[in-house]
Amino acid sequence: MKSETLIPPFDATHVLVDPWTVGLPVFGWIALMGFLVTALCGLVGNYLILRRMALMGDAVSHSVLPGLAVAFLIFGTRGTGPMLAGALLAAVATTALIELLHRPTRLKPDAATGIVFTCLFAFGVVLISLFADRVDLDQDCVLHGEIALVPFESMARLGGLLLGPPSIVRLAVAGLVVIALIIAFYKELLVSSFDPALARCIGIRPGIVHHALMAAVSVLVVFAFQSVGAILVIAMLILPGATASFLSNRLPHRMLLGVVHAALSSVLGLHLALWLDCSIAGAMVVAGCGLFLLAWGVHALRHARRVLG
Amino acid sequence: MTPSFRRAVGRSGTARATRRAACGVALLFPALAHAARIGDLSTTDLPAQAARFFTFADPATRWALLGALLLGIACGLLGGFLVVRKLSLVGDALSHAVLPGVAVGFLWSLTKNPLAIFVGATVAALLGALAVEAITRGTRLPQDTALGLALSGFFGLGICLVSMIQRLPTGAKSGIDKFLFGQAAALGPGDLLLLGAVATATLLAVWLFHKELVATSFDPAFAAACGMPAAWVHRGLMVLLACAIVVSLQAVGVVLVSAMLIIPAATAYLLTDRMHRLLWISAATGMVAGAIGTFLSFLGPNLPTGPFMVLAAGVLFLGAWLFGPRHGVVARWWLHRRNRERTERENTLKAIYHVLEQRGFEGGDVTLEELARFRRETLGETTHNTAALKRAGLGAPDSASGVIRLTAEGRRRAGEIVRNHRLWELYLANAAHFAADHVHEDAEEIEHVLGEETVRILEQRLQHAPRDPHGSPIPRPEDPR
Repeated sequence: MKSETLIPPFDATHVLVDPWTVGLPVFGWIALMGFLVTALCGLVGNYLILRRMALMGDAVSHSVLPGLAVAFLIFGTRGTGPMLAGALLAAVATTALIELLHRPTRLKPDAATGIVFTCLFAFGVVLISLFADRVDLDQDCVLHGEIALVPFESMARLGGLLLGPPSIVRLAVAGLVVIALIIAFYKELLVSSFDPALARCIGIRPGIVHHALMAAVSVLVVFAFQSVGAILVIAMLILPGATASFLSNRLPHRMLLGVVHAALSSVLGLHLALWLDCSIAGAMVVAGCGLFLLAWGVHALRHARRVLG
Repeated sequence: MTPSFRRAVGRSGTARATRRAACGVALLFPALAHAARIGDLSTTDLPAQAARFFTFADPATRWALLGALLLGIACGLLGGFLVVRKLSLVGDALSHAVLPGVAVGFLWSLTKNPLAIFVGATVAALLGALAVEAITRGTRLPQDTALGLALSGFFGLGICLVSMIQRLPTGAKSGIDKFLFGQAAALGPGDLLLLGAVATATLLAVWLFHKELVATSFDPAFAAACGMPAAWVHRGLMVLLACAIVVSLQAVGVVLVSAMLIIPAATAYLLTDRMHRLLWISAATGMVAGAIGTFLSFLGPNLPTGPFMVLAAGVLFLGAWLFGPRHGVVARWWLHRRNRERTERENTLKAIYHVLEQRGFEGGDVTLEELARFRRETLGETTHNTAALKRAGLGAPDSASGVIRLTAEGRRRAGEIVRNHRLWELYLANAAHFAADHVHEDAEEIEHVLGEETVRILEQRLQHAPRDPHGSPIPRPEDPR
């Protein structure tokens, strides 16, 4: 599909009406996937922002590459199972290595993060090029998915019941587990995020909370990857929480606002992508950034009004 | 059907359509695998290849090596300041933020004009740095969140622009992916000129503004009091950083340029405590890693340069992490072990002193059994501990009769430890108003580390008091025993 102009003419039926009528079987799934990724990542992202670990998503999403390469070398297949296992192992290894590097020395955590994920990424690239004849990692590989492909996966069925595209089902299941864990360990997460010393006093082990949180982030990042790609998943992790932080100081409110942000940004992003005929995941991030700026403006306005009386 | 809908269906239909329509990361990862290899290889024989490398027979090798060295200098010097300012991941954020600039630069010229892309990328990186500054200053969001927002927000915008450009008839072969993932082999004289200019500018800036950079890095309040414009020093650093990132992108690519900023500097950070040495070591590490990476990628037919540079830097870092003289893991473990052994020895000495004190210092011999009973440990443990005293020349255990006698040095040291303990107890009770039964635990810790000078000051403050809060006499090292 080539068009001569960069910005196509705005066609209201095509951009605003079609995705919810004729195109619903396709765009419905895309919007749902975008919403699920952003909402779930955003939920966990709230804690990442509070704990100043916002860039752990960055580290995890990059270091997945060697995990994929190794899994491919071992199993020789691009099947979903081995790929996900390799990616998850790499993600867990990343967090462990970061701890290992900065704990016993004076290295700061951010420097350790930068060292670990770039080295792992470089290792992945070297592996792929060394075994280029055997490693068939290509853009249609499961990792570098494209959100527009989600509706065309062969649908997952449970018994006779049609569930939906497997990547949505997988993400939904992971999301339910993560939400259940957040509800069950809400107090532990809250206390250890705001006051690690108090957490230790009342018998919560911050180390375990940290690793559990990182495991949740890894699972979500690896599942989200297939649709939004390595770097945009960072936006999905941070944007909802950062936007909500302008509107409320209470964590539960921020989480709910983050979910609203996820819904708005995925729908607006879908329409934006349809208008500009560009990458859907990219457009969702751009829409999310727009909402972030809007919330910032509202916050600044409120603040100014309070200061001026 | 709508065009997008058709496009989406087409993607699922054929692999070829998928490949063409893939955008953003989808397009960029595979480019990596084939990116940045040096020269066409005529031989596959390792020694012959190595010989060819060291004789600099190919111009491509010479350019790539020169480029790697210049990159090592620029990134190493700038990275040094980033690491001590706790800004390690700024490089990562800015290197991703260039994407929309690359796209706009391409649109502006509609060719692969390197200058337009260079200007666009630098402007985008600077805007990214401004966005980070605006978010950290204007909101309560922490800095890492600001970095992540700038990184992914700009990248998302860039991906939209790139996917729009790829729709254009001229855009299909835009080569944007090559720009983003670097090809050291493709470095031409023009790129090297740019790299050289940035490296020179960095060297000059570090030389001319060394004082300002160091002061604002370590003590912003002091720098502000001296009238240094800390915010502008920071912005100047960001300008240099943006230029360095953009010129390095062509050699190593988006992800790995942040590695070349962090790893050499972190290596130097573990090796020295002096800033000027840190900068030199960092630049040298960057250069060595660059040279090794270039060499390794030259050895095989399908090897990328950037990742080998990063892995070489990673190995150098690992060396410093393990064997750094003061901050390395091995050195710290060794120090920790020696301290633990010294503490253990001093505790044995103290126990012997207590046993002697209980019987009024009559006779210098203490039986191992007495000692074991006093310390509530097994005879085996006591034998082990007294053997350690013998090795340090502090005591003379006699295994035949089962007694130990302290040497003169051992007696002096035992007196000092007990004095430190009781002085500290008295200080806590008198000056810090601790309850007398709460001072022992703290004194157990500090008795091993009190220096002579501190002891003199404590004695003066406490007016050379003779007894501790529990009524035991505070020994003087000159006491006859």
